[in-house]
Formats: sequence, C-alpha cells, structure tokens
Amino acid sequence: MEWLNVLIQGSLLGGIYALFAIGLSLSFGIMRLVNIAHGDLIILSAYVALVVTQQTGLDPISSLIIVVPVMFGFGYAVQRGLLNFTLTGGLLPPLLVTFGISIIIQNGLLQVFGAYTRRLQEGSIETASLQLPGGISIGVYPLLVFVVALVGVASLQLLFYRTGLGRAFRAVSDDADTAELMGIDNRKLYAVAFGIAMIFTAIAGVLFAIRTIFDPASGPIRLILAFEAVIIGGLGNIWGTLLGGVLLGVAQSIGAAFSPTWQILAGHLAFLIVLIVRPSGLFPRTRD
Amino acid sequence: MTLLQTKNLSAFYGDFQALFEIDVTVNEGETVAVIGANGAGKTTLLRSVAGALPVARESVLFDGQPIGDKSAHDNVLLGIAMVPEGRRLFPSLSVEENLLLGGHSKRAGTWNLKRVYDLFPRLYDLRHMPAPTLSGGQQQMVAIGRGLMSNPRLLLCDELSLGLAPVVIRDIYVSLAAITAERTAVVLVEPDINRALDASSRFYCLLEGRLALSEPSKGFDRAAITAAYFGL
Repeated sequence: MEWLNVLIQGSLLGGIYALFAIGLSLSFGIMRLVNIAHGDLIILSAYVALVVTQQTGLDPISSLIIVVPVMFGFGYAVQRGLLNFTLTGGLLPPLLVTFGISIIIQNGLLQVFGAYTRRLQEGSIETASLQLPGGISIGVYPLLVFVVALVGVASLQLLFYRTGLGRAFRAVSDDADTAELMGIDNRKLYAVAFGIAMIFTAIAGVLFAIRTIFDPASGPIRLILAFEAVIIGGLGNIWGTLLGGVLLGVAQSIGAAFSPTWQILAGHLAFLIVLIVRPSGLFPRTRD
Repeated sequence: MTLLQTKNLSAFYGDFQALFEIDVTVNEGETVAVIGANGAGKTTLLRSVAGALPVARESVLFDGQPIGDKSAHDNVLLGIAMVPEGRRLFPSLSVEENLLLGGHSKRAGTWNLKRVYDLFPRLYDLRHMPAPTLSGGQQQMVAIGRGLMSNPRLLLCDELSLGLAPVVIRDIYVSLAAITAERTAVVLVEPDINRALDASSRFYCLLEGRLALSEPSKGFDRAAITAAYFGL
C-alpha cells in the first residue's frame, strides 16, 4: 500500500512537470526550436501573475485570465520579431538567441523584483486533501494540477487533429517549404504556435508558483525538468510529454521514499536510463 | 489573354546563376510544356514563378502585376499553385487532410473535396489513409488534387510522371484535360518529351539555364528539338 501511495503521489507530481514541458514540446515539435529560455518564461509568467494579483486583488488562479493573454501576446511578438529570424540557419542560432533571452529575463527580473523569494497564495485549496481507502491521502491541489495537465494535453490533441490550424501545424512540422507552397504563411503560423506554447507556459508558471517558492534564478532547473519530460516521452509527441512528466514525478517520489535527498537525483537517473535504453524517447514521433 | 509573363528572368542559388534572362508567356487556359535535360533550370523556372525562389520584382508578371518579390504563400492567394517534384505530400496527414491543406488559402472557385474525388474516384476510398501508404500514382493524384484545392488560375506541375508506371501516367494526363477545361492554365515540366508535347499546345526548351527553343507543340521539327535539348 505504501508503494501504491508513492506511485499516486509521484504521478500527481508529474502533472506540474508535464505542464512545464508542454510549451517546450510544442515549440520543438512545430518549428524545431530548442528554447533555452523556456524555464525563465515559466518564472516570468509567475512574476506577471504576482504583479496582477498585487494590483487587482485577484487570486493567482483567477489572474490567469490576464496572465494567459499577456503571455500569448508576448510569445507571438517574440517569435514574430526575433525568433523567426533564427530559424533558417540551422540549430545553433535559436539556441544562442534563446540563451540570450534567458539571461535577459533573469537579470531583468532581478533588477525589477530583487532576489527575494516569492510565492503566490491561493488559500485553503493548497492544503486541502482527499482521503482514499487504505489510508492514502491525496492533495486536492496536486490533483487539480494533474487534471489541468491532462485537459491541456487533450485539448492540444483536439486542436491538432480536429482543426484547420492544427492541420497547418502538422503540415509545417512535416515540411515547411511545401507548406509555404500550399499558401501557409509559416512565419505567422510559428508566431501563433509560440503564443500557444506561452499559454501553457503561463498556466505552468502560475500553478508552480502557488506550490513552490520562486526567485529570478528559478528558471533553469524548470527548463531541465521540462527537457527531461520531453525527451523521456519522445520528441514531438504531446501525450508522450505528459507521460514523461509522470515518469519523472514517479521516479522522484520513489527516490524520496528511500531518502528525501534522493528525490531530485532519482528523477535525473530515470532520465539517464531512458536516454541509454531508448535515446529517442519512449514514443518518438518526430523524424529528424 | 496573357496570364503569366516572365521578362528577363534570372535566378540564382547563392552565387550560382541557374536562369539567364528567360522570357516565357502563358495564356489563360493554355497548357505549356517546359522541357530540357537535367539541370537545365526547369524546376528553377517553376520555383521562381511560384515564389519559392526570390527573383527581381519586375521579372515575373502575373495578370500584368509584378510578383517576382512575393512569397509563395502570397502567390497562392493570387491563384498560382504548384504540384512539386516528388509529390511532397505531408506524411503525417491523411489523404483528405492533405487535400484540405491545399485549400488553406480559402481562395474561392469551383474546386472542392467532392470535385477532386470526382476527378480521382480512387482517392475517395483512401481518404482516411495516411498519405505515405498510397502508391506512387495515387500520391500523385493527391498532389494534383491538393494543388487544385486552392482554385488556381495557373497550375505548375513538376515532373508528374516521375517514378510512375506508363499506364498510371496515362491516367494522370487524362485528368489534366479536365483541369484545363476549367480555364486553368497549366505549365508542365516533363522529362519525357513525347508526353510533354502530346499534352501541351506550346513548349519551351531550356538548355543550361537559357531558352533554347520555343515552338508550338504540333508539327515540330524533331531534329530542332534534339539540337536544342542537347545543345548540339
């Protein structure tokens, strides 16, 4: 029963990792953009939510109605005005430019907000829990985060396979030059894709910041967790990304069951094992 | 009426010049063939017209308007569609999704899914199959249908017969007649000279990026074509 508990807690923990990873998975899947600034964009979203909650008195989750459109617009503008210009010269230019964005965001946040650790307060839901038979108790909030991740992935699945926009995303991912010949404005489409990635990044940032303290330097570790979830699941596969997040969460919670000092390391070890056994991830979809 | 005109069209890949001052015209509803040896610049000519390769603004006129500097997706809106060499279907899309993607520009006109299925009845039963599972001939039909879905005034076809069995090629060319019946102009790039001349009313022969010959397709002088083709 103790192990069932570990498994459940780990899966729920994986929900937040999956949310971290969805935006990264999207931008890589559609435009082969390896976004080094992804973790910092998660933290930036948390700071935007911090400002919104302070200015409007909204609670953090309600603040998403402002944070999500702001981050979508930010993502659209950054892709349109900057990242689009890096996509024709191979893998290196986007890496360098997003690395630069990462440094700018970290130092910008440090300048404006200082190095203090912050937290978003959501109230009683943070500590509420449900009792399951067998003495297992699960937190309402981790469950909520997991459900959000699940709904997020499902809605992306619908977007990709049931809408014209999703069809265009898949076509551009397959063959950008031919998509252009079919009347698709790739640059505009990429900007929309990055905007959508930022929607998930904003949700991830706010839900993370309710659970954990953050400061301007919290981004890179989120980036690593997101990367691991994406790679474990397989590049370009959005359900794989969810599963990658869950696997990472379960590995961490198994590690923590032995000793709390093992939690983070166990997640990284699980990632390394997947990398050795199946270098392309468990469910790879992207061909190159 | 002239639909497409190139004037002194030169095209470059980096420092390499692939086309030298090409002048061609295509009238509305006309089928024009472009022949020439490998590397003569046939595909480059199509890519320049489609907007996939940027060229001088005034060197390509469509409907009298200069379009040489426009992007490929803008040209689709104007009514230029391309059936690329090697078909280039989107592998993760089904047959029907490939066709629908061709209609992404939402350009108004008479072509729609139903009419494409009428033109290629075999595709209807295969419509939910992933595009790569189809035979080469069926894939070529999807590629043509995908081009038609944007309701083009000018359809650029690059090597329709590449890698296909003769009987399949014949079917494909029969369908071209139905397309030109709609007043859609067609430019055919074709390595098979006889096939190209049968299907077209005029032809241009390219040799090493230069226009070597331009004649009506009927009553041509075989020796002149051979000379222009090989540069004898």
